[in-house]
Amino acid sequence: MTTVQHISAGRRVKDRLAQGLVYLAFALAVVPLVSVLWLVIKNGLARFDLEFLTHSMRNIGARDAGGGAYHAIIGTLEQVLLASLISVPIGLLTAIYLTEYGNGGRLSRAISFFVDVMTGVPSVVTGLFVLAFWILFLGMPFSGLAGALALSILMMPTVVRSAEEMLRLVPNDLREASYALGVAKWRTIVKVVLPTAFTGIVTGVMLAVARVAGETAPLLLTVFFTDSINNDPFSGPQMGLPLYVFDQAGRPNDTAIDRAWTGALTLILIVMLLNLVARLIAWWRSAARGR
Amino acid sequence: MTTDVRTRGGGPATRRSASRRSHGEAPFRFAATGAGILLLAIMAAIAVFLISEAVPALRANKGNFFTDLTWEPNGSQVFGIAALAFGTVLSSAIALVIATPVAMGVALFISHYAPRRLAGPLGYLVDLLAAVPSVVYGLWGVTFLVPLLKTPSEWLNAHLGWFPLFSGEGAIGGKTMLAGGVVLAIMILPIIAAISREVFLQTPRMNEEAALALGATRWEMIRMAVLPFGRPGVVSAAMLGLGRAMGETIAVALIFPATFDISIEILTPHGNSIAANIANGFGEATPIGRGALIASGLVLFVITLLVNMGARMIINRRKEYARSGA
Amino acid sequence: MSKQIQVSGLDAYYGSHKAIEDVSMTIEPRSITAFIGPSGCGKSTFLRTLNRMHEVIPGARVEGKVLLDGEDLYGSTVEPVSVRRSIGMVFQRPNPFPTMSIYENVAAGLRLNGRVSKSESDGIVEESLKGANLWNEVKDRLNKPGAGLSGGQQQRLCIARAIAVKPQVLLMDEPCSALDPISTLAIEDLMVKLKDEYTIVIVTHNMQQAARVSDRTAFFNLDGQGKPGKVVEMDETSRMFTNPSQKATEDYITGRFG
Repeated sequence: MTTVQHISAGRRVKDRLAQGLVYLAFALAVVPLVSVLWLVIKNGLARFDLEFLTHSMRNIGARDAGGGAYHAIIGTLEQVLLASLISVPIGLLTAIYLTEYGNGGRLSRAISFFVDVMTGVPSVVTGLFVLAFWILFLGMPFSGLAGALALSILMMPTVVRSAEEMLRLVPNDLREASYALGVAKWRTIVKVVLPTAFTGIVTGVMLAVARVAGETAPLLLTVFFTDSINNDPFSGPQMGLPLYVFDQAGRPNDTAIDRAWTGALTLILIVMLLNLVARLIAWWRSAARGR
Repeated sequence: MTTDVRTRGGGPATRRSASRRSHGEAPFRFAATGAGILLLAIMAAIAVFLISEAVPALRANKGNFFTDLTWEPNGSQVFGIAALAFGTVLSSAIALVIATPVAMGVALFISHYAPRRLAGPLGYLVDLLAAVPSVVYGLWGVTFLVPLLKTPSEWLNAHLGWFPLFSGEGAIGGKTMLAGGVVLAIMILPIIAAISREVFLQTPRMNEEAALALGATRWEMIRMAVLPFGRPGVVSAAMLGLGRAMGETIAVALIFPATFDISIEILTPHGNSIAANIANGFGEATPIGRGALIASGLVLFVITLLVNMGARMIINRRKEYARSGA
Repeated sequence: MSKQIQVSGLDAYYGSHKAIEDVSMTIEPRSITAFIGPSGCGKSTFLRTLNRMHEVIPGARVEGKVLLDGEDLYGSTVEPVSVRRSIGMVFQRPNPFPTMSIYENVAAGLRLNGRVSKSESDGIVEESLKGANLWNEVKDRLNKPGAGLSGGQQQRLCIARAIAVKPQVLLMDEPCSALDPISTLAIEDLMVKLKDEYTIVIVTHNMQQAARVSDRTAFFNLDGQGKPGKVVEMDETSRMFTNPSQKATEDYITGRFG
């Protein structure tokens, strides 16, 4: 009899099998990512030229090559900026309410719950809401602003959650130190708590921006379409990059499909850049803390 | 200089300068509370305005909104959501069936199998799947995945055609429910994986070590300690994924052939969903047509709301349980 | 500068739990008063009621009177913010603001409360850092982060920050418990120096410390788990440590419990 019992062969095989399946699952998850990125880069580079980045689709016929997404890039940047200007203050103030004033009362629990639920509202529904409220009920025109309103509703819960998490990480000691200096609560929040959580909040906002920058459905219902450059997000239909990709991908000619791929490449570059900057800020922050 | 400062801090009347210093407190508090209430108001407004804009179209509907299969609000004004709702549920179910096991595998890989130092970056890689815009998945699905699925679909139909889902005659493959479901599965995989990973990582170290001390293999430890502990978390993660899949619009709008029928043949060119129909139908919609689309969006909103609230309740209950147990 | 505190019939609660009961005492100006007692006896809670920091915790409240030179700190027209301006506090763990430099930390109380001129704040920062025996160590790196200092230096920075707003009273909640013996000695020296100008109240676990620095000592205790803390005895420190009038005090001081 040996002192150390050996694991039966059946149990060992099961263990190995499970391990194999787990590795396989991970590989299965990465394959589409690689495939998508590869195809977007391969097909997108064909038209990734100066003309694409500086021209609109005005006067480009159905089968013509050429044309570009300048109008869509401008539109996306303006819409996302406007959406951030709307959602960041509201989201940040809500996070402040939840962490600093709510005290776990009935209202704060309700808000907290519905912020979670709001994360799950389909993007097309926020578009429909802006359509129903802003355009049909209030009679406002299709515009970049209407699109930004829909995007801001999508951004809010993400901003609230990430800001809340960062505010909760600020040690209570600092709040108390400030109170003990006779500083009012709101000034403590503005001057001590927010600066301490600042980089973390910026990271969260960037991730939220990255998330909505790629949204198509809400734009479809609110900014409408245009092939021309419209720099004014407050009047007239605009374009957005995701919308541009959707539009071109739905057309039956190869020239349009090429433009769709290049639009997708541009969009992914913007989104990944935002993601990367956010991660860099987070990394830089943790490195600075570690010192 | 010093005397000036002393009188500022001192003096018997400590309340003298108090009003000056805290005059911002009430407005600030009000703004913070107001922002929170505004969020609740937006949620309520979504319901209110979707209803108010849907009602005129529903009044004008000459068919039955819940049972009719046609969608002709612009012409004959007969429209029903049955086919769309069915398509939404079926495509999301396919996505969930594919995504949940893979996501659990991914989560276990990151939490228990991958080398410690690689776990972070590899997890980030999976998160990147969520950063790819939905329209890009749509484009990828139409140009790459749809042709790719043709051969396997034909094989499934030939060998397992007796199974209703895989049955069908004529054209096999192309723009099918299966293609839409696979794309949806890829899109909801990151969220299910991320939440499952969190709950798996929260498994009490004690339980894991207890299992290992009994001589369990790694897999037996996971089955004894990790999976039972994480089950409610995985269930709610899957529900959140389901909510995502049902609301996903653009990718399926590009893939589904926009048919209006109820068919469980996932290998033949059938498929549509509430969200895809909104994206595809909005351009040509008349006022009644827009109202009809808003009505369908209201249905989608209510369904996803219920699914999400259910998922959140499970998570929250679990949180309280975990807290009281700690 | 320095003021007397009179407390009468003070109870403090956390929600429905009564943490301290019926505390009455007089804290003399220009002296150091030490609070000693076993853990959980409410001495820190009591300290926090003296500058209305107690009520910062959700659900916490206070009943009774605290008079600062005759003015009730819990009067209906008194704002907690202004009370804390007059009664400064130093915490158990040094807590400089991580986003601020040494200079900004000391000036924080002034800056966060309103505008001050550069020259004015320069003067106060130097004066406060000198007052906290820290000036010579940091005068060349005032713009460096406060978090880069050693623990003892950080605690003196926090003291400098507290005295920069010219309070009448300085409350110290176990200010040395996170520090090494040499830093502790530096803080003790500082306390003795500061008592010429301030009313100082210190909570300490260290009875030698109480004996070394304080003029008067109050002994807190509770009758049992879950019961509120009370003041058992308060007297001149020298008499308390040599000839306590209560048996419980003697037991605690001689190390028989706690």
